[in-house]
Amino acid sequence: MRLLTLAGLWLASVGVAAQGNEGSVISPKEQPVSGYRFLTPETRALQDDAFANPGYLWVAAGAKAYQTSHGSGSCVSCHGERGMVGVASRYPRFDEEAQTLLNLEGRINACRTKHQELSALAYESEELLALSSYVAEQSRGLRTQVNVSAEAAPWLEAGEAYFFQRRGQLNLACHQCHDQSWGKMLRGDRLSQGQPNAFPAYRLEWQSLGSLHRRLQNCETGVRAEPQALGSRAYLELELYLVWRSQGLALESPGVRR
Amino acid sequence: MNEQPTIRLAVPQGVLAGEVIEIKVMIQHPMESGYRRGTLGERIPRNIIKFFRCSQEGETIFEAEFHPGVAANPLLTFHMLAERSGILDFEWTDQTGLRWSKQAELSVT
Repeated sequence: MRLLTLAGLWLASVGVAAQGNEGSVISPKEQPVSGYRFLTPETRALQDDAFANPGYLWVAAGAKAYQTSHGSGSCVSCHGERGMVGVASRYPRFDEEAQTLLNLEGRINACRTKHQELSALAYESEELLALSSYVAEQSRGLRTQVNVSAEAAPWLEAGEAYFFQRRGQLNLACHQCHDQSWGKMLRGDRLSQGQPNAFPAYRLEWQSLGSLHRRLQNCETGVRAEPQALGSRAYLELELYLVWRSQGLALESPGVRR
Repeated sequence: MNEQPTIRLAVPQGVLAGEVIEIKVMIQHPMESGYRRGTLGERIPRNIIKFFRCSQEGETIFEAEFHPGVAANPLLTFHMLAERSGILDFEWTDQTGLRWSKQAELSVT
């Protein structure tokens, strides 16, 4: 991954909108900027074109899976057509029953095991990506609003700690690139704020749609750290922190990222 | 991989005879080039679509050959002269001869 070459980071002196006064960077929490703003016009056009955007292949597959009856009913028999508007924008959230934080993927799997008597889908499996992108697409354009009070509070706190923790052989924290240096060049790419609002997103590098957790694994590999497991507690905590940090941004899933 | 992949078609509606129309098609396919290696150094075998054809009742309207350099989930945009109504047949053939197809109705007034 190109992120590996951090020499570029230290040499980068080019600032854009990120740089207010000399040495001070606008906090992403105060003024979140979508990763969309850091894309080339061609990639933006790909995301905006509802036909050419390859993420819609998964959305279409998800729509089909949503209608498929499994004996114990289909998703649509409980939730109705387009009954998922405004759901993805509220996740991750703490589930009272399961006594754990669930993200959208976790919620879908909980629904499958509890109400449909089906097995949970593997994280990053094509079927789970299809369903999560189908559900997320219905919240496209809505602003995220996550509940971080009460039981969710410790998760947020742990996620924040993770974000600020230096890790890997390059000894870098998420915070150093995505809070302190966003807008600067990292070799050929401009550093984004690391906002999660496009996920599940189609990444050109992957040539496929992928979840936020897969993207986080890529980030960690980039700083030569040991990636956490998909759907792990550490990533759920980090996801909650990232979504809370992005509040005010509209969801773009299925987004297109480089 | 015998399962039908997701195919998306965009054929315009309400077409007048003699009009040149734009058709867009997309198929979900990895288009694995055969030149890449996995994390353990093993070669990832080539898996690509070789051929695409769009026809109207047997008459070829547009065809294309694919090569390993084509990106995953290939999107094609092409134009045709709409002369008569009929079923448009879109067919992709992969390197092993496996075929996937989808139809769309073209109505010309």
